[in-house]
Amino acid sequence: MSDEPISDDPNPLIVLEKVSLSFSGRAVLSEVSFSVSRGEIVTLIGPNGAGKSTVMRIALGLQQPDKGQVHRAPGISIGYMPQKIIIEDILPLSTRDFLMLRPGATLAHVEAVMDLVRISHVGPSPVQRVSGGEMQRVLMARALLGEPDLIVLDEPVQGVDIAGQEELYKLIAKIRREKNCGVLMISHDLHMVMAGTDKVICLNRHICCSGAPENIQDHPEYHALLKGQPEGIALYTHNHDHTHDSQGNVVSDHKPDQGHKSGQTHGTGQGHKSGCDHD
Amino acid sequence: MELAKVISLDVIMIDDFILNAIMAGIFVALAAGPLGCFLVWRKMAYFGDTISHSALMGVGLGIALGTGSPWVIMVTCAFVSGALLLLQRGGKFSSDTLLGILAHSALSIGLIIIALQESLRQDLMFFLIGDILAIDTGGIFDIGIMSIVALGGLFYIWKPLLSLTVHEDLARVEGVNVLKTKIIYMLLIALLVAFAMQVIGALLITSLMIIPAAAARNFSRTPLQMVFYSMILGSISVIMGIMMSSIWDLPAGPAIVLSAFILFLAGRIIPGRFRA
Repeated sequence: MSDEPISDDPNPLIVLEKVSLSFSGRAVLSEVSFSVSRGEIVTLIGPNGAGKSTVMRIALGLQQPDKGQVHRAPGISIGYMPQKIIIEDILPLSTRDFLMLRPGATLAHVEAVMDLVRISHVGPSPVQRVSGGEMQRVLMARALLGEPDLIVLDEPVQGVDIAGQEELYKLIAKIRREKNCGVLMISHDLHMVMAGTDKVICLNRHICCSGAPENIQDHPEYHALLKGQPEGIALYTHNHDHTHDSQGNVVSDHKPDQGHKSGQTHGTGQGHKSGCDHD
Repeated sequence: MELAKVISLDVIMIDDFILNAIMAGIFVALAAGPLGCFLVWRKMAYFGDTISHSALMGVGLGIALGTGSPWVIMVTCAFVSGALLLLQRGGKFSSDTLLGILAHSALSIGLIIIALQESLRQDLMFFLIGDILAIDTGGIFDIGIMSIVALGGLFYIWKPLLSLTVHEDLARVEGVNVLKTKIIYMLLIALLVAFAMQVIGALLITSLMIIPAAAARNFSRTPLQMVFYSMILGSISVIMGIMMSSIWDLPAGPAIVLSAFILFLAGRIIPGRFRA
């Protein structure tokens, strides 16, 4: 596959070209190439230690590769959602103030984005007191501020319950559709990934296989790499159907298990959101 | 009538003497609290110690060069901060190990240089705990300017510094100039330490950064509030300490730190409803 062009798109948002990196002599990544275009959702999957986070850090410019090149389209704005974030209790910081830290953010922006990801109710709460699932939304809100051209998400649904996961993935898809931005994410949740992704990259220090989810699940390398994971194929099939059914109406069925914190108070917001989905 | 006049004159003389000390101390506290808030938020309390220990090396170098200028101290502190930033890049040693190495090496170098100056050996205590009661008007002016510059500088880097305190990678991706912000912050601390030496000394200046900031946490809901309360609590500590010092003839620097500690403890035991 190294002979194929990295992208068909003449103007991709970001291109990684034969990126290699080793830490103290041990190869972490070798010759990783891929691109993300506008309106495209690219998902990195792979076992622990496969180098997914390292690829992401290189894409973000936080880590320099030993070899290879990273091209970012000039002047693009990147929204980044880190995997987790630990804020010391000694720092008194409300969720709203946390979001306001994004350079250029105005209160109106912040309020709008909090409404979009349905965390308006935790705005005044200390950011350390926000639950795990809500924190993922807070981090996503931070990534969405500043009208990003490219959103980079490191395990965006980690610690979120099943209903919430589905909702977050739908939100990602919706934002991609509305803002026509590119999305690069790392995920472990194969079944969800398969439903909402344009391109899957199967990584294990090098790219094992990549392509559209329909194609990749028949790929022998994909099976070899991920057969050890219990939630792989079986759950995927189950949830694939499920996701299709739930585009509009199943969302309300999920509301009760979605969690005591946001469920009741924001029922209207959710109804509104699924309405938008149909437009 | 005569007696009253004598007493009031006497009081005025004491006031004048103590007022200088209080003014200088408050100027230091006004800069130390806000800079100290970032030390506690960034879990860098030990960084304050490293810089103040380097200040002692700066004092020694200044004496060797024949000057008592705070700028020599500041340059020395900045140099040690720069060394820390460079060593951190290697990534082999954790920050606290590096800070420990630099702090005590700088301290030892400073003590050796000072010990080599025969005339100064007995004055060592002055550099360790300061002598706030010996401040003159010129000294107050210098410290006042330092305080304004430190607060102005902190205001300038406030948002980027807060952002990288919360999450450095996120700040970097969002376009914050992390290295520049860190360097400015380190220079502001070096500035404060250099000018606060006479007031509170190398051993105790960190406490005036850390303790009022920590004590302010209980009453604060926002970072700005915590900065504001740390300034107030630091200033109260200065006034309390100097009063204690003049009433019971205690060393002023330690009395100020003890006052700050009392305020910190008081903040810990007050009922929850008064807290933020």
